[in-house]
Amino acid sequence: MKLLYFAWIKEKAGVSQEDVSPPDSVATVADLIQWQVGRGGGHAEAFADEAMVRVAVNQEYVSFDHPVAMGDEIAFFPPVTGG
Amino acid sequence: MILVQAEDFNVGRELEKLSDGNLDVGGVSCFIGLVRDMAGDKPIKAMTLEHYPEMTEKALAEIEVEALERWPLAKTLIIHRYGELAPGDRIVMVAAASAHREAAIEAAHFLIDWLKTKAPFWKRELTPDGGQWVDARSSDDSAAERWIKD
Repeated sequence: MKLLYFAWIKEKAGVSQEDVSPPDSVATVADLIQWQVGRGGGHAEAFADEAMVRVAVNQEYVSFDHPVAMGDEIAFFPPVTGG
Repeated sequence: MILVQAEDFNVGRELEKLSDGNLDVGGVSCFIGLVRDMAGDKPIKAMTLEHYPEMTEKALAEIEVEALERWPLAKTLIIHRYGELAPGDRIVMVAAASAHREAAIEAAHFLIDWLKTKAPFWKRELTPDGGQWVDARSSDDSAAERWIKD
């Protein structure tokens, strides 16, 4: 799956996008965030405060119980501040 | 109409386009957002707007469709800039044209409130202390909530 990061989540993760293949046990957005924390380093830091993380799967906002699958584009970002 | 662009826009020309050739339009309402020169007590040297290009237009189009469903509008417009901006620069313009003022004013208000909490843009301010990401404001959430239907 393709992961995208924006704003300070991107800065903490130290990467703007990457292709990853998490284990089959990663079935939801919540699982994926847990897996990211387990990767340690900047990823653990980026996801340390889950309340500040917003997620879009294939460019649509989703909640943490949304399923994730291979081939998905999953974006992680803080609450938006446009306008 | 949705425009996501780095360059500035001409407000007068954009407003005229909302009613040009449409004599049913009785009113046009708009909101324009600008970069302020202060963040609290810190002067702002520049502001950078980052966005999620693959999602931005989709999210703005959904906001526009929602406005068109809620009010009898002839036309709507959302222009949002990205990239590096300076104090005084225009960031965003939303506008709505309708036969009557109430729909136009309410729809323009809705467009900016909804956009602030839904469009994937992030502001980073450059102050003498360095760069800082702008925090989302709970007042923006409350402003958007007034438009949530029961």
